[in-house]
Amino acid sequence: METPAAMTATAPAKWQRAAGLFRTIFSKYGIFLVFIAMLIVASILSPAFLSKTNLINVVRQMSVVGLIALGVTGVIVSAGIDLSSGSVVGLAAVVAASLSQQIDYPAAFYKGLQLPIILPVLAACAVGGAVGLLNGTLVAKTRIPPFIATLGTLTAIRGLALLYTGGRPIGDLTDDYNFIGQGDLFGIPVPILILVLMAVVTHVLYSQTKFGKYVYAIGGNEQAARVSGINVGKYKMLMYVYAGFLAGLAGLVVSARIGSGQPGQGAGYELDAIAAAVIGGASLSAGGIGTVPGTIVGALIIQVLNNILDLTNVSAYWQQIVKGAIIVGAVIIDQLKHHGSK
Amino acid sequence: MDSDSPYVLEMENITKAFPGVRALSNVQLRVRKGTVHGLMGENGAGKSTLMKCLIGIYVPDSGTITFKGEKLHITSTHYALSKGISMIHQELSPVPQMTVAENIYLGREPLTWYGLVDMPKMNRMAAELLDRLKIKIKPTARMVELSIAQSQLVEIAKAVSYDADLIVMDEPTSAITEAEVGVLFSIIRSLKAHGHAIIYITHKMDEVFKITDEVTVFRDGQYMGTEATSKLTEAILIEKMVGRTLTDMFHKETVPVGEVMLEVENLSGHRFRNVGFQVKRGEILGVAGLMGAGRTELIEGVFGVVRAHAGKVRINGKEVVIKSPKDAIAAGMALLTEDRKLTGLYINATVRENMFIANIHSYLVGPFVRFRKIEKDCERMRGVMRIKTPSLLEIIKNLSGGNQQKVLISRWLLTDPDLLILDEPTRGIDVGAKSEVYRLMIEFVRTGRSIIMISSELPEILGMSDRIMVMHEGDKVGELSRSEATQEKILQMATGMKIDSELAA
Repeated sequence: METPAAMTATAPAKWQRAAGLFRTIFSKYGIFLVFIAMLIVASILSPAFLSKTNLINVVRQMSVVGLIALGVTGVIVSAGIDLSSGSVVGLAAVVAASLSQQIDYPAAFYKGLQLPIILPVLAACAVGGAVGLLNGTLVAKTRIPPFIATLGTLTAIRGLALLYTGGRPIGDLTDDYNFIGQGDLFGIPVPILILVLMAVVTHVLYSQTKFGKYVYAIGGNEQAARVSGINVGKYKMLMYVYAGFLAGLAGLVVSARIGSGQPGQGAGYELDAIAAAVIGGASLSAGGIGTVPGTIVGALIIQVLNNILDLTNVSAYWQQIVKGAIIVGAVIIDQLKHHGSK
Repeated sequence: MDSDSPYVLEMENITKAFPGVRALSNVQLRVRKGTVHGLMGENGAGKSTLMKCLIGIYVPDSGTITFKGEKLHITSTHYALSKGISMIHQELSPVPQMTVAENIYLGREPLTWYGLVDMPKMNRMAAELLDRLKIKIKPTARMVELSIAQSQLVEIAKAVSYDADLIVMDEPTSAITEAEVGVLFSIIRSLKAHGHAIIYITHKMDEVFKITDEVTVFRDGQYMGTEATSKLTEAILIEKMVGRTLTDMFHKETVPVGEVMLEVENLSGHRFRNVGFQVKRGEILGVAGLMGAGRTELIEGVFGVVRAHAGKVRINGKEVVIKSPKDAIAAGMALLTEDRKLTGLYINATVRENMFIANIHSYLVGPFVRFRKIEKDCERMRGVMRIKTPSLLEIIKNLSGGNQQKVLISRWLLTDPDLLILDEPTRGIDVGAKSEVYRLMIEFVRTGRSIIMISSELPEILGMSDRIMVMHEGDKVGELSRSEATQEKILQMATGMKIDSELAA
């Protein structure tokens, strides 16, 4: 859109170009600029912010929601939504935990069971993938709107997690298992390493592979994808499976972090993950829009804000209000951006 | 030409029914190798349905499809493409956020040896393709950055890139300008020379005679016959399509002109500068210009869709400030937008809802809607406009383009405006519906009211306007009276007063 100033013949062309360049930069990298500005403000407000311990803390705290958000981003890009991920966290957590309790624990879920650590890890991922497959099937085959389909699984899967454990937490987990949530490798907490690894993998998956291109195409214009010979149902399904897999992985991490698998774990995480994706530029209204780097920065923005408010002793209640405000603010900016480029 | 080359496609006895409608009954289509086969018929005649059966979007209820001597049962687009049938769709279907190259190779991306999409190679392939077709668009540009005309060229390039033996083009020129039509036609001729067959669907008569070798006509889902183009005339073709002879499409009547109804002075806004014009009562003002000349933007400025930056608008001699479409409607204006689907129709609502929505305030008693009166008025409009719909409660999505357009015109006529602004009123509608729209326009001005009509179709501008205003890149370049206007003059002005021999020819 041209400004009134740009319409008058006297305005130097240079200004127009500069304004255009600024707009392009802002619309492309706006969220990153906002994030950098936040870091600067945070370090001024609290000297403790930039300490290594605090920064690692921030990233570790966002790692679980970050993992979920990676998958949710893809689902949103495909013009869908996944509300079930919080419940998947809970189910994956209890299933994985039940397979890795200490062998001599008398109240163990499966008494005397000792499995190599890889099996509970795979179980968490498989549980997530299976729920994803269910979501994907509902969305692709029955054509129920994704919001409704995953609202259903959100509720049912939470019930399944409670049913599985009888409502009890599953504790006394093996050291190997707890290492996934509490250990360090090369001085960096394992959850952060998992997040970074999955973020890189997911970024490549979304931006460099056929699968990723098709997800963007389906979200951007489903009809176009279909007439280009793409099996739309299949790729939608795969997208939900991948999102479920990541939510399962998040369940593993969160239960290992607190050393216990609890059926209520992850409640509400689905909304935090959606918020991260939306703040990071994914569009709930358009489809075909959203990136991994954007989502990671979105998740970081939420966490850094919480952290600043913590460090400056602002009430925890305010954190929720502020988070709500930035979600809406991010979407307003997004809207302006799209109108601006029209 | 090539009248004895073998058939590449034979569709026989194809029948396809939808709930309540028999879209195709026992139709046939035979296309020869290396020819351009025109497919003509009014909207709703079944052309698009037949093509959707051909490329696997629909599966016909009965009938056979033989392609390159092989009987095919086509159930998916993927299969049709793999067999060598590609299509340029009427509704443009790019993925807006993706690049030109990504759109062209969507569904068959080149991969590197380690399995990722080879973007550099894809961009290179796209660049070569566009270069070969003489289309000047960057492969890395995003579709959202392109104009409608450019998107259409990309769709054309995409259909060509499949190297299919048969390419279906469903109204490929609906959104492009004369110069680009030239590009398209040279592409088609070169495809033909290489032995490809083309099915060409269009409503534009001149194109049929310029580019096709044979023509098949459909009417109301029935096969009406196939003929070599050289043996046809425009009159014969129209008669076959509509089942009656249309002597004069436009039925133009010049109505006695009254005082000035709308006066616009030095209006400037996004993409138009210092435009001034008048419309008198009983007059049809045509607005001509190329794509992107600022015609739609000007009209949106007048109507308050976008606020103008400077200038004055007077209605019946009184200055009015129009800040929003609501003000414009209150001042007695009505706007039929250019893009039916995007800005006009409530696509999932009924015919009735679509008709009365702009006029709902006149049907209110307190908070309640008087449905009986609505029913009566809508029923009357349905009769006057000759809208073909099973019922007023039909979802508008199920109507043909021409009938949708008539519903939209009814909507604005119900508001009883003094000034009707029509932006591309006949885009994508068939000959019969066009002629009805023209009839309605004449009836409208005959009651002493006025019309502004934007159109990219010069015959329509020349046939209907009392006066023609021509725009070029946001400026008004001049006005022509009905008697002095010719196609050449308008084109010269529209291209910025340059005497461009190619365009004027």
